[in-house]
Amino acid sequence: MFQNLGEMLLLLAATLRAIPRAWRDRRKVADQLFDIGNASLFMACMLSLFIGGVLALQTGPVLVQRGLGSSLGGLVALGMCKELAPVMMAVLIAGRIGSAMAAELGSMRVYQEIDALRTLNIDPVNYLVMPRVLAIAIALPCLVVFANLVGWTGGALVASFNDRISVTWSAFFGNLRSVVEFSDLLNGLIKSFFFAVVIGVVSCHQGLTTLGGPRGIGRSVTKAVVNSLVLILLLDYVLTRLLLPLDNGWRF
Amino acid sequence: MNAPASKPSATGLPVAIRDLRKSFGEQPVLKGVSFDIRAGEVFVLMGPSGSGKSVFLRHLIGLETPDGGEIRIGGELATSEDIGSKFHLAIVFQSGGLLNSLTVAENVGLYLTEHRLKPREEIDRVVTEKLALVKLDPGVGAQFPNELSGGMRKRVAIARALVGDPQLVLFDEPTSELDPLVALTIGREILNLNERTGATCVVVTHDRDLAFGIADRIGFLNAGELVVLGTPAEIRASPHPLLQQFLAADFHPQ
Ligand SMILES: Nc1ncnc2c1ncn2[C@@H]1O[C@H](COP(=O)(O)OP(=O)(O)OP(=O)(O)O)[C@@H](O)[C@H]1O
Ligand SMILES: [Mg+2]
Repeated sequence: MFQNLGEMLLLLAATLRAIPRAWRDRRKVADQLFDIGNASLFMACMLSLFIGGVLALQTGPVLVQRGLGSSLGGLVALGMCKELAPVMMAVLIAGRIGSAMAAELGSMRVYQEIDALRTLNIDPVNYLVMPRVLAIAIALPCLVVFANLVGWTGGALVASFNDRISVTWSAFFGNLRSVVEFSDLLNGLIKSFFFAVVIGVVSCHQGLTTLGGPRGIGRSVTKAVVNSLVLILLLDYVLTRLLLPLDNGWRF
Repeated sequence: MNAPASKPSATGLPVAIRDLRKSFGEQPVLKGVSFDIRAGEVFVLMGPSGSGKSVFLRHLIGLETPDGGEIRIGGELATSEDIGSKFHLAIVFQSGGLLNSLTVAENVGLYLTEHRLKPREEIDRVVTEKLALVKLDPGVGAQFPNELSGGMRKRVAIARALVGDPQLVLFDEPTSELDPLVALTIGREILNLNERTGATCVVVTHDRDLAFGIADRIGFLNAGELVVLGTPAEIRASPHPLLQQFLAADFHPQ
């Protein structure tokens, strides 16, 4: 997968150069945003609710046993906003949106639509890639904020209703508020922004370089998702390491 | 019909092809093709299926990079990045090449909208006009390409190519999916475009009537080599055996 890294970086550079056109192409970006929201909001909601719940379920009883039940809220919230929300939302978007983009651009490539654009002197990067990458880069951080809120609620619900935990709603959120800092939220948002760029560029690159017929499209979709996931998890470690200094940051 | 003397002062582009070579893997498709297409002429390229005609057109419009040799359009290399901003070239793909996510009207107007060449109402007007030119009624504009028949898609593709007055227009089998009457209209329209704007037209076709009806000159491509080149009269008189078979092929040979 890494032999294409150079090409992907070039595509990223071309996309960045196309960003000044974003305003005139705002309709295209908005259409993409609408599609992304439509395809992912419900899934994001379910996913985050359960992730928050499981997080509380896994850690709650252990903490309560040791008399640390009062710190459950902060633990769940930090786990959610610094790691699980950005990574899980990125996985969701890679599977749901990245794959669709690779398939769409792949079929455009196979059925000569990309060639047709070029002959009309329309740059496929301006016309197709930039609006998509930009839309994901806007949508994913928003989804992460949303996932945090839902996930925290899921955690609080489990914490208050599970009788091996029984941490009240107000105790959960009280602890959450004293522990979670703005920098923790920011940490997750920054990560998700980079994940979004990876998903957009990898998926569009796979789509645009599709070879062969319908079978080639299938291959591109698989590669887009797998390569995005691998890069996201690698990048997750690197970004987490680089963002460590943020932890001594501002409180709200 | 093809008296060169009556041609307007051409704004069309001349094309010079020199020793053009292209292989896909081991298989040579173009084996050193050299000839000139004159500014403002209607050049028809004929040849058996698989002889490399579509690949040749893709080279002209800069979608393929030659393995050897070069193509110059109006003096510029066809492969150069900014040829699209210097000249307006257009192609009608064999399969149409319409954008399936856009309506017919959006497809036809795409060149004007994306390059912001005209205001909205003006674009709508041009789109309706071009659709009428290829005998499609304006209602078709709101439909999507996959709701049309193959022949209708082809006509939309032709309409799209004619928008913005291109200086070099390439047609890949423009009449292959059309009934004889529409085919006739398309043939007339190519001539009309050529006379009105002086655009150079390169037409790839198997349709002998179309070829002899519109061509100023005809080239015959066989297995990646240009074997005969000349005016329609010269082509008819050519002794080349395959070409003669090609022209004589008939269900009811007498
Ligand atoms: N992208 C490609 N990869 C590999 N081979 C190709 C490619 N494009 C064309 N070819 C090969 O090049 C040869 C010429 O193809 P081309 O499409 O130019 O034929 P053609 O003369 O247009 O035929 P037709 O009249 O049937 O349209 C064919 O043998 C084809 O298999
Ligand atoms: Mg062909």
